[in-house]
Amino acid sequence: MPGRCIRGKNLKYDVTVVGAGPAGSMAAKTAAELGLEVLLIEKRQEIGSPVRCAEGTGKKSLMKFIELNPKWIAARLKGARIYAPNGTAVKIYGNEEIGLILERKIFDRELAKLAARAGAQVLVKTRATGVLMENGFVRGITAKQLDKEFKVESKIVIAADGVESQVARWAGVDTAVKLKDIESCAQFLIADIDIDIEYADFYLGNKIAPGGYLWIFPKGEREANVGVGILGSKSGDLRAIDYLQSFIAKKYPRGKIIEMVVGGVPVSGPIKRAIANGLIIAGDAARQADPITGGGIVNAMYAGKIAGEVAARAVQLENYSIEVLREYEDRWRASLGKELARHYRVKEVLSTLTDEDLNSLAESLRGVDLAAQEFSVQVLLKELIPRNPKILFKLRKLLL
Amino acid sequence: MISVNREKCGYCGACVAVCPNNAIELLEMVISIGRNCDECKICIKMCPVGALEVRT
Repeated sequence: MPGRCIRGKNLKYDVTVVGAGPAGSMAAKTAAELGLEVLLIEKRQEIGSPVRCAEGTGKKSLMKFIELNPKWIAARLKGARIYAPNGTAVKIYGNEEIGLILERKIFDRELAKLAARAGAQVLVKTRATGVLMENGFVRGITAKQLDKEFKVESKIVIAADGVESQVARWAGVDTAVKLKDIESCAQFLIADIDIDIEYADFYLGNKIAPGGYLWIFPKGEREANVGVGILGSKSGDLRAIDYLQSFIAKKYPRGKIIEMVVGGVPVSGPIKRAIANGLIIAGDAARQADPITGGGIVNAMYAGKIAGEVAARAVQLENYSIEVLREYEDRWRASLGKELARHYRVKEVLSTLTDEDLNSLAESLRGVDLAAQEFSVQVLLKELIPRNPKILFKLRKLLL
Repeated sequence: MISVNREKCGYCGACVAVCPNNAIELLEMVISIGRNCDECKICIKMCPVGALEVRT
């Protein structure tokens, strides 16, 4: 059906993907490439906007899914600097590019275009309003475009509807997150400031970002995403926006704020169940963001691709039950799931560290050259744990 | 009764994610709180800008 407004019709598709973010567009593209009839819906008027993301990602891991295009690369990173509460800096660097800051307004749209060119139908300002259930199977969704309600019968529904996900919950899968397992975040895009365009900066400390971190991610010459995430359980009288404004007042008092975003980033580790009969859950909806960094773009694309492949298998076998969809769980949990679970346990320990502990950790790395092909938590922990056996005692068993 | 200050709300949906009763929905740019809200105030705590409050 060509892209025109729905007028009270009922539709039929092999796969309906709810949400055109990285997970949804990858799932839709993959399923369409495998010959399925795919519908991709997005509740917002625009795909990719507003951006609810710090936009940072590892370069090598992104390249596994998509050819790099300067159209959506805002900055290329050679390294990272992590600042302890007392200002001691830990530098991680490489001679080559290790990370990218994306322009997600363009990136997300390009991903959706790839899905469209692969054959998926795409509808914007179209919001899922419910799931169609029959005999314990998800058989489609109800949706609304502008103010017109309609039904979509679908053999498989892929819920890629983000942190505020509802589709999975409507199907009976509880995806609620605890306050201690989600970061409350606020970010400004600030222009006309002195920044180092090759480095991503991270600030730690209970007075700067309790239970999380503050980031400065370059977006171009003299501009950066400056944001903070605090643990939901530590939010209260002071909120993410307060911590951010406090930092900016000191560091960038003359910066010009040209964009503001807020958001929640799940750091819960993966949900227990990401499938149901006729349903696959991927991306932030499945809480697949990294519990330590909050990074979720590549994880979402990885899971979305597997979701598309497994949906195609289910359609081919004409079996949409969890027996077949279990392949999705088996595949993503074997690699990504294990990493998320490990990082969750690390995050739980890191959340207990005092400012004094963090200062000691940073001090222990003074004079240590930390080269990294790709910035990762593993690299850092491998250097920290042997040098700080007492503070990081609980982490010793968790290192690979 | 929990209400949303629409001038503050950044329509991010973080409150939706933490509601244990699934009483909140994000309808593009509008937060809607349903009747099954039991005023546990978890959403109020979560909000990055403090847009939610108890209204008596």
